[in-house]
Amino acid sequence: MSETSSQTATQTGIDPRGPQFAAALTVVVILLALLLPQPWALVATVIQTVLFAIGTGLGVQRTPHAWLFKKFVRPRLGAPDELEDPAPPRFAQGVGLAFLVVALAAYVLGATLVAQIALGLALVAAVLNAVFRFCLGCEIYLLIRRFA
Amino acid sequence: MTGPDLRFNSPMSTGAWVAVVAIAVALAFGLFRMLSDGRFRGTKELHVPHEDHPREPHAWDAVTDALGETELGARATLVQFSSAFCAPCRATRRILADVAEIVPGVVHLEVDAEHHLDLVRRLDILRTPTTLVIDGGGFEIARASGAPRKEQVLSAIPAMDLES
Repeated sequence: MSETSSQTATQTGIDPRGPQFAAALTVVVILLALLLPQPWALVATVIQTVLFAIGTGLGVQRTPHAWLFKKFVRPRLGAPDELEDPAPPRFAQGVGLAFLVVALAAYVLGATLVAQIALGLALVAAVLNAVFRFCLGCEIYLLIRRFA
Repeated sequence: MTGPDLRFNSPMSTGAWVAVVAIAVALAFGLFRMLSDGRFRGTKELHVPHEDHPREPHAWDAVTDALGETELGARATLVQFSSAFCAPCRATRRILADVAEIVPGVVHLEVDAEHHLDLVRRLDILRTPTTLVIDGGGFEIARASGAPRKEQVLSAIPAMDLES
């Protein structure tokens, strides 16, 4: 499986700065979900949940972030050092989606602190991705497979 | 009054506190990972051999139990654990393959972690990529998690045994 994914990646790899840019936007939306008063915090949570769902369902190349990156950011950057497999960031979007679904349900049920903690955990992963290009969601994969 | 008053001029909301803590944790963890990723550490199999208790080459036995007989490098075998959802695994593969090509007696072996979970548990692998350095006798002498730089790999390879 790793062989096939690496083979397709060499042909259809993505610019690693795309997911990094997407993570920076994710940081902004999650910050809004934590800092704005209701109902705007809920609105921001819904938006981020939908964005994670798009990234998980359609892949990271077909998100609004990817469109913004291709249209406005990438033309200003040089060529990337190397291309990356799109499967890891897509999996991480799914991990983010799980946290946002918890946050959304908690906000709706009035459990504000639970919602904020779930958003805080997603924020940790998004900041790590945006600043260090480090994929926390990806690392959860082996741990789940190991202990599940 | 007990404990310090944590409020500033305008008291922060719980959400703002969560945000500040999350960002601080992420930055601290990210810096720690930047410093520790790719650094090879000597592992517990490294100890002085004793004539009465010959060491069992546990690490290489575990690898061959899982993968069948494969080539053990005369000087070192770099066993890389990878998974499908692992961006730095590609860079690690390139670096280790490079080292195996330029250093005689060094072999690079990549293991798909999710298809060898027993081996992953036996060798206590928690992250991908994790690279084990196994010496010519089959003993694990060092390991690094995260993508190593080429110099880090080269300095983890044992010197050629002059007697052999």
